[in-house]
Amino acid sequence: MVTTGAVLAALAEVADPEIPAISIVDLGLVHRVEVGDAPNEAIHVRLLPTYVGCPALDAIRNSVVDRLGVLGLPVEVEFTYAVPWTTDRLTPSGLSALRRSGIAPPSSLADVRCPYCSSTRVTMDSAFGPTQCRSLFYCRDCRQPFEAFKPI
Amino acid sequence: MTTTSASILVGLDAAVRAGLDALLLSMADDEFVLGFSDSEWTGIAPLLEEDVAMTSLALDELGHARALYELLADLRADGRDADAIAYDREPAEYRHCRLVDGGRGDWADTIARRYLYDTADAARLAALDGGAWAPLAQLVAKIRREERYHLMHVGAWLERLAGGGDEARGRLIAAWERLAPNAATVFTPLPGEAALVAAGILAVPLAEAEVRWRSAIAPALARLELPMPPVTASPDCGRLERSDAFRWLWGEFTAVRRLDPTATW
Repeated sequence: MVTTGAVLAALAEVADPEIPAISIVDLGLVHRVEVGDAPNEAIHVRLLPTYVGCPALDAIRNSVVDRLGVLGLPVEVEFTYAVPWTTDRLTPSGLSALRRSGIAPPSSLADVRCPYCSSTRVTMDSAFGPTQCRSLFYCRDCRQPFEAFKPI
Repeated sequence: MTTTSASILVGLDAAVRAGLDALLLSMADDEFVLGFSDSEWTGIAPLLEEDVAMTSLALDELGHARALYELLADLRADGRDADAIAYDREPAEYRHCRLVDGGRGDWADTIARRYLYDTADAARLAALDGGAWAPLAQLVAKIRREERYHLMHVGAWLERLAGGGDEARGRLIAAWERLAPNAATVFTPLPGEAALVAAGILAVPLAEAEVRWRSAIAPALARLELPMPPVTASPDCGRLERSDAFRWLWGEFTAVRRLDPTATW
């Protein structure tokens, strides 16, 4: 008997393809998990895209199907906009994982801190970065360029 | 992307379906053509940061187009998927507005077009947010969060060019004269629009959204000494005529599909 908890635990091991330090659970992508009572009933996973045009959706879907496959049931993954994904959905451990990867957690422009030295003497070089969800910053104290998660 | 299911069609009568078809196609084609035009800057934008930014904006628009085409494919439920709708049409069958039809142009064209389109699109999205058809209302709520960044970015660029030196301002004025007369084509009346308003899917007619758009942009344009976009000369055919520039672009974005319709990425 596969439980919802077991599915969530497995999903917590699925890394985001663009920021591998953070899992899709800590990123707040998991909207709903449904496990049926009937034998061999599929596990339904509903996920929230961070961005509508996120190019990583297929990769995320494949990772989820691969990881849950070991539970021995069919897996159905659906992306939904039932609620909009926002940066408020990041978990506390997700925020720590971002910092450890050199990415400032989402915050208002005035509150962005350097993820390396915590300085607030930072400047935004570009609102747009290597992926849709990140901006480019520079720390004037430790002289380190870094990325910040865009609040959305 | 969403699971195709009959449930999203429950409660939609034929008139509403026809209105949704026209609405989704027009919005998706707008985003697709604009996104594809802007993606041409990848690698050749004026600044490295801008290369990244414009690529990101273009990716957002193509993503919005994909989601809208998928919704349209679910609505039609005729076995043709989003790619088939996006790529398997002749140029004359596209329904994007004239504002985004004329090709990329120079950087000033790109900024003027984006400013006019993004502000107009914001007014259109506002009229759809909270609407009675959940699949579209939910998507629109998500898209609006992303568009905030587009508006901030293109607004800053419009200020920079408008307040820049002679060449920057001169090019912007020239671009504005080319593009502003077509800006209101975003609000070209759609067949079936009245049914969407009656069903509560569209809060106000597009003509009213246009009025709201004009009030929203008037203060910024006055400050930057840019003229207000004129009322469209031929309001009904704003989505029908296709330029040579678009035919060229169509040749580009359908090239792989026409070479091998079964190719996968």
